[in-house]
Amino acid sequence: MFVYADNAATTKMSKTAQKTMIDAMERVWGNPSSLHTTGQEAKEALEGARETIARLLGADSPREIYFTSGGSEADNQAIRSAAFYGAKKGKKHIISTAFEHHAVLHTLKKLEKEGFEITLLDVHENGVVTAEQVKEAIRPDTALVTVMYANNEIGTVQPIHEIGAVCRAAGVPFHTDAVQAVCHIPVNVREDNIDMLSLSAHKFHGPKGVGVLYAKRGTLLANLIEGGAQERGKRAGTENIPAIVSMAETMQEELAKMDAVNASIIPLRDKLIAGLSEIPHSRLNGDREARVPGTVNFCFEGIEGESLLLMLDEEGIQASSGSACTSGSLDPSHVLLALGLPHEVAHGSLRLSLSEENTEEQIDHILAVVPKVVAYLRDISPVWEALETGERPHLL
Amino acid sequence: MALYSEKVMDHFKNPRNVGKMEDADGIGEVGNAKCGDIMKMYLKIENGIIVDAKFNTFGCGSAIATSSMATELIKGKSIEEALTLSNKAVVEALDGLPTHKIHCSVLAEEAVKAAIRDYYDKNGIEYDKEKFCDGDCAHCHAHDDEEL
Repeated sequence: MFVYADNAATTKMSKTAQKTMIDAMERVWGNPSSLHTTGQEAKEALEGARETIARLLGADSPREIYFTSGGSEADNQAIRSAAFYGAKKGKKHIISTAFEHHAVLHTLKKLEKEGFEITLLDVHENGVVTAEQVKEAIRPDTALVTVMYANNEIGTVQPIHEIGAVCRAAGVPFHTDAVQAVCHIPVNVREDNIDMLSLSAHKFHGPKGVGVLYAKRGTLLANLIEGGAQERGKRAGTENIPAIVSMAETMQEELAKMDAVNASIIPLRDKLIAGLSEIPHSRLNGDREARVPGTVNFCFEGIEGESLLLMLDEEGIQASSGSACTSGSLDPSHVLLALGLPHEVAHGSLRLSLSEENTEEQIDHILAVVPKVVAYLRDISPVWEALETGERPHLL
Repeated sequence: MALYSEKVMDHFKNPRNVGKMEDADGIGEVGNAKCGDIMKMYLKIENGIIVDAKFNTFGCGSAIATSSMATELIKGKSIEEALTLSNKAVVEALDGLPTHKIHCSVLAEEAVKAAIRDYYDKNGIEYDKEKFCDGDCAHCHAHDDEEL
């Protein structure tokens, strides 16, 4: 049986996404900056996509939508912009969380080297930051608060509406990396008090290499890419029309069926959580309730994640892990460490992320295979042996 | 998965000599759970010859594969020959490893040495302590990205 359970990494493009993209390639291949008819047809398609996405996100105007190469670029531009304009007013303090995506954390690390002060809020054992923490961390010199909508590894959803309200009241710009949230849970920039938001199409069955930076009117943007006057002069480069058009159509379709899809995914996710919880010395990572419909992350004591993934792949199950071995570094996932998990436990993690394509039979297959593989790897693990003989204390 | 050679995948999926040895003459454990790999090597030694070798490993696919290959390479060899087993020989026997996994082969080499040291210790045989694992993960990881 083939089970793709790595939808938080990327999703398969939907039929609509594929069809719209190919259609756009054939029909609107002009350069939107050209004055002639072919160019203007492309321009029309581009602006149509912008209007659609603005409406779907709850933006006030299509002028608040900037097309980017994806979530990482949008995160970089949002943070760089707030830092640049904040510094002009003497504000060089940024608040974020310890378990953001590296597109955010690495940008913040660079800004730290450039003289900014970064406060990374604790996300607690359950992987959720609170609006009170944000409120307490805000200072007169805070240039930006950036908190992800939903975490990519463990799937926990942050109280974005409340954090947005705190920032709005304090007059501090608020950015959210909503890459794992858009089209999976309701997101509305107006209702959630969001000033800037990043999204990426390939996380919701759209094409790769395309995303959006939403920037509320009045939010100043600094350029990462200089050149032409595309995207109101804020992002140079001829627009990727087929991908943009496909992203807008896909987003519309995915949002229209989101509730129905979630109604089918949530029971599967819950079955997965219940089944995996039966494995002794295991742990569900992240809050049980405040999570996106599709993502499940577990740690299994005494084993290492990469070997688990390889064995699951042999059984047709495709998943991911936050083990150091999968990242090529000595340290396991910063997300799991941010939850306070010890290194040795974090190495044994497994992320399964579902989409509407997953079936109950597939969940049964996962639940039949994972316990077997975990047991086998424990059987050959000297760490497990030490845990069982009491030489090493069980942590889970 | 194209990450690993067919040989690595074969030794990962069908590890040779895996399991515990109850009557081992030398047992060596190297690595650190914090770093993500621990190898435990068991040797049966008769008249200076390694007549049997077994292992248990906590770690990634290449950690399991290098342990398996290392046991294959030292079985039937003299202690002196086993001590000359290099991580490079393990990597070559596996048709290569990704550069960030070279430390696994170093760990396998060190596991063999640690088991032999344990045998030396148990039998009161003198040896040069500097030639054995010092328990520092960075020592093995320093070999990552090395050109072999």
